[in-house]
Order: sequence, then structure tokens, then C-alpha cells
Amino acid sequence: MNTVGPRQGTGRLNKWLSGLPVHIVLIGLCLLWVLPAVGLFVTSFRPFQDVNDTGWWTVLSPPKGAQEYAAACTECHGDDGKKIAAADLSSAELIQNYRRSITLLAALKKDVDGQPHMGATPVPNDVTVAAIATYLRRISGIDAPPRFTLDNYIDAMTGYRGTVNYTSDCAAGTQALDLFCDWRDLGNPRGMGRAFLNSLLVAIPSTFLPILFAAFAAYAFSWFHFPGRQFLFALLIGLQIVPLQMTLIPISRLYAQLGLNGTFLGIWLFHTGFGLPYAIYLMRNFIGSLPRELFESVYLDGASHWTAFYRLALPLSVPAIASLGIFQFLWIWNDLLVALVFLGGQNPVLTYQIGNMVTSLGSGWHLLTAAAFISMALPMLVFFGLQRFFVRGLLAGSVKG
Amino acid sequence: MAAQTEQVPNIMRQGRVTPWLYLLPALIVMATFIVYPGLNTFYLSFRNTDGTAWAGADCLAGQPCWGLLENYRYALISDIMLTAFVNNLKWILLMVSGTVMLGLLIATLADRVRYEPLAKAVIFLPMAISFVGAGVIWKFVYDYGTGQVQIGLLNSLVTALGGKPVSWLTEPQINTVMLIIVGVWMWTGFCMTILAAALKGVPTENLEAARVDGANEWQVFWRIMVPQIMPTITVVITTMVINVLKIFDIVYVMTGGNYGTEVIANRMYKEMYTSFKTGRAAAIAMVLIAVIVPAMILNIRRFREQEATR
Repeated sequence: MNTVGPRQGTGRLNKWLSGLPVHIVLIGLCLLWVLPAVGLFVTSFRPFQDVNDTGWWTVLSPPKGAQEYAAACTECHGDDGKKIAAADLSSAELIQNYRRSITLLAALKKDVDGQPHMGATPVPNDVTVAAIATYLRRISGIDAPPRFTLDNYIDAMTGYRGTVNYTSDCAAGTQALDLFCDWRDLGNPRGMGRAFLNSLLVAIPSTFLPILFAAFAAYAFSWFHFPGRQFLFALLIGLQIVPLQMTLIPISRLYAQLGLNGTFLGIWLFHTGFGLPYAIYLMRNFIGSLPRELFESVYLDGASHWTAFYRLALPLSVPAIASLGIFQFLWIWNDLLVALVFLGGQNPVLTYQIGNMVTSLGSGWHLLTAAAFISMALPMLVFFGLQRFFVRGLLAGSVKG
Repeated sequence: MAAQTEQVPNIMRQGRVTPWLYLLPALIVMATFIVYPGLNTFYLSFRNTDGTAWAGADCLAGQPCWGLLENYRYALISDIMLTAFVNNLKWILLMVSGTVMLGLLIATLADRVRYEPLAKAVIFLPMAISFVGAGVIWKFVYDYGTGQVQIGLLNSLVTALGGKPVSWLTEPQINTVMLIIVGVWMWTGFCMTILAAALKGVPTENLEAARVDGANEWQVFWRIMVPQIMPTITVVITTMVINVLKIFDIVYVMTGGNYGTEVIANRMYKEMYTSFKTGRAAAIAMVLIAVIVPAMILNIRRFREQEATR
């Protein structure tokens, strides 16, 4: 990380060495922080056969059974299994008969040309034989998954729940009845493709509306003069302390009466209402701190309040809008509770879909990891692309209910 | 305030109606979605299961009953809620201390190295993703295989060291701690960023003066830096307490509140949307706001003070 060139001398080296504990602790913590996420990332690209067989950290080591094969079989059959022409282990035709560990074990116990198959070495136990069988399936091409694959992502996006994968099922024509095997599968209600779209459909208006309303209100609080202005502002800001949980029950009862449960309109309105106190607070601070002379001069020029708002206040508050927008967007994108209550399974969003998969799939880690990564891709992109706005918005939003 | 009002020049005066047109959308939405439901929740907490009669109507003869406060009896002293209170307390103690201490440690260390931005980005990254995503990441780390192979990082580590694999998420006592670790992983970056900004604000002259006087780095940290940023530390702590009290997603996704990991917010969700007991859920929501509001008021007040001095 910090290579010291020879010309820089030993002084800097000593200084760097004295700081070594700092580097060790800090780099150690950073590794600890990324390790779980790396596990998720690597697993999402591994074929499902491998995911449940070996830990993700073994991804670069030899495949399952290679070690056992080397110990028991290489001597006679060779590294690639082709050494004995009469018993070519890389031939799918031959291995088809020994693909299960029981048949393989039986073959190993039998005599070959009147001699024990394994010669003087004892026949390995059934766990080892199972590993060898897996390896034989791999080198013979019967079941040779690649080290990395995009199948998990395709399966997750299309909501595939079969036992192989979407691409091969569709190629063989054995797909489930609700799959079309074309672009329409991205709209499968179980899939992440549909959920991604739903998340966008929820998050974009729910970000835009509160900011728009807050900008109007903030302008009124900053540049209008009317009785009760300060009192009303304090009251609205005070609503920040009402926690989300407090409002769920009456609103879902109200929505049940109005038929708004499970609709996008319902969740847009809820997020708008809940995002407003903080948005007004932030926008009022920003618009209110714009130079007064600027506004006075445009009023003198005969501009109306609408012009001043639209042509002056809004364009000038772009930095505040950016921070606020990113914060609100990601808050909604990552929200589970509100989506669970007001949308549920009717219009599943990403977080809902994943929560559902966790309970229904149990250990379908190849799908879960891919799905989780699909939901994280956009926030991470925003994070790396707009880090400054992101951190600023998040910190300012930390007092939000 | 009065002085400010008089400064408004005549040109900026307007009709009586115009300001309210600008305020109207926000006012309507906020009244409908915050004020009305807030009051209604309060009312519903005194009503029975489906809100058709007063809460006392749900009482059974011969059973303990608090009459109008029957829902509060459940929300305050039922076994499951007591478990939730204890767990929320564990969350507060472990997660707040964990995030603040780790955040302070990383902020201090990162200040001394050249790859500071990278280190900070790594620690802050979990803030960008959802609790649900983090739940999946960590459920995988905690995975418990019944067979020979452990594909969960933690259990493979345990078995490599000669131990027996543990079912981390169903083992009572351990499982709540395991969930809290996920929370710490997510929120340390937040604490670190705020504390790092405060640390950068400590004047270097003070630090140099102490070093010249023979103080070692340890003393400089505890005697000079920490006291100087104490107001910020308080804000971070209260903010974290509020966040932790409302914790829901991690528990919902990873254990569903089973195996003794129940927390207040998850209980409220279950009462409302799986048992359909509106009254009880409303009472739990009231309990939740009762514990949050003091921290919230303290927090906003401190935040304003800080803003004012900036």
C-alpha cells in the first residue's frame, strides 16, 4: 500500500513502521467489513451445484473430489482419466453407469481381470467415493458446471423456481407453465425483474412529490409574510418526531375503505406525507438562506412570486434538492416496512421479494445472493457516483423519524 | 421574530390567499398522513381488537383486566412484550456502544493514513444498502449446515478451529447478539462519518501543545480529543438510540422475531398484520413513541444548538 522507494531513505521507513499497528488494525477492520459482502458477490456467480457443496472462499481451489481422485485414481487412470484406453474416465458414456456413488463403490470392490480393482490400496469409504463420483461427473462432462455463471441472475430476474436453471429448462422446453421463455418473463410476479420495476415506480414519484411540495412550502415560509408563519413552521417541523409505526394502522384502515391498499398511489401519498417534515425543514433552511437582495431586485423588476419561485428559488436550490432527493430515494428503495404494509404481494418491490424468498427458499443461496445483489446494485452505484451528496443527505437526514 | 417580520419590504407583500396556496399541498398531505393517523392511533389504543368497542370489551371473566387500558396491559406486561423490551435493551446497549466505539476508533485511525477516503468508503458502504440485503449477506455468513460441509463463513471457521458448528440464529441468547452484529456492521459508517467530521474540527494547536508537554497519543486522545467532541458523541448516541428502538427489518428478515429475538417494532407489525389485533398494535405503537420521543426531543434540541454554533 505504502511502498517506500530507496531514495526516500530510512527515515520514512521508520515512520511508516511506527505507524504499523494503525495500518494493521484499520486494514483488518476494512477486510472484516467487506468480507461478508464479498461472500455474497462471489456466491451469486457460482453454479448452484457448487454453492451448497463448498464454501465460497474455495472458489479458486480445485473442484470437489479432485483431491480424492488424485489420491485414489491418478496412479492408474492418469490426471485426465484417459490413461487406460479400455476404461476412459473422461467418456460420458462410461461414467453414465457410475454417476452414483453406490454403483461406483460396487465397481471399486469388484475384481478387474481377476485382480482387486484398487490393487493393494484399501477401497475408500463412501464419503470419499461420493466425492470421486462428483469429480468423475465433472471430467466426463455429464455434470460440469463452469466456475462462474450468470444463471443465478437470470433465474432470479425471471422468478425461476425449478430444479435446474431457466436457460436449460427453456432450451429443453420443460419450463414451468407460467414461464414464456421470452422477455415477458421479466414481468413474472415472483421475479426480481418485475420487483425492480416496481421499486422504481414506487421510489421515483415518492421522491419527486415531497420535494416539490416542500419547495412550495419552503418558499412560502421563507419569502411570504403571513400571520402565524413561525408558529406553523415550528409545528410542521415538530411532526418529525412522529415515528412511522405510529401512522401505519389508521392509514391502512383508511386505505382499506378507499380501496387504496396495494396501489402505487397509496404508497406514493404515504411516502410523500412522511417525507415532508424533513424535506420542508431542509428546503426552508436552504431557500431561506439565499441572499435577500436577489429576491428584492427581481420583485422590483416586477416579477411575481411565481416567477421568483420558479426562475430563482428552484434553480438555486439544486444542491439541496440533490442531497434531499438521494436521501429520500434510497430511503424508499431500501424500505421494507411501508412496502410490506401498503403494497404487499400485489405489487412486490425488491425488499419485499427478497424477504419472501428468504422465508420460502430457505437455503436457495444461489438465488438469494443474486437477488440481494440486484437490489443493492443501484444504491451502490449512487453511493460511488454521488458520494458527496449521498453522505451529506444521509447525515442531515439522521434526525428524521 | 418580530424584528424580522418588520424587515419584509412592501414589494414582497401579497394577497392574503397566495401564501396558503403554496402551503396547501404540504398541509393537506401532512394532516392526512401524520396528524390524523397519530391521533387515531392514540384513540385506537383504547379500543378493542377491531376498533368496534372500548378495550375492556375484550376482557374475559376471571382473567386479569385493566379495563380501558386492557391493550396497555398487553403492551406493557405480557410475556412476549417483556421479551421484546429486554431485547430492545440489549440492542441499545450493544449496538449503540458498538457503533460509537468502532466509529470513533476507525475515524481516529483513518485520520492518520493516506488511504483515508478508501477506508471510510468501505466502512460507510453498508449504509447504502437495505436492511434486507444486509440480512441476506449475514444469514449466509451464519449459515448452519446439518451435513459435513459448512458453507457459512462463521461455522466453517468454528469447525476449522476444532469446534462444533452452531445454529447461530436459533440458539437463544446468542441469536440476538448475532442480529446486533448485523446492525453494527450497517451503522458504524454513519457514526464514523459524523465523528470524523468532529475530530477534524479539533484545533491542531491544542493537540500539538499537549504533545510538546509530553502527552502520549493515548492521553491526547482521551484528555483532549474526546472531551472536545463530546457534544457530537452525545448527538450520535441519541440518534442511534432512536434508530435502534425502531429496529424492524433485520429481525423480520433473519428470524421473524422467533427463537426469543422479538423486538417492539416487529411485535407491532405482527399484532396488526398477522393477528389482526388493531387495539394491541396501536397500544404497542404508543409505547414505542413514548420511549422514542424523549430521545428525539433531546436530539433535535442538540442538533439545533450545534447548527447555531456553526
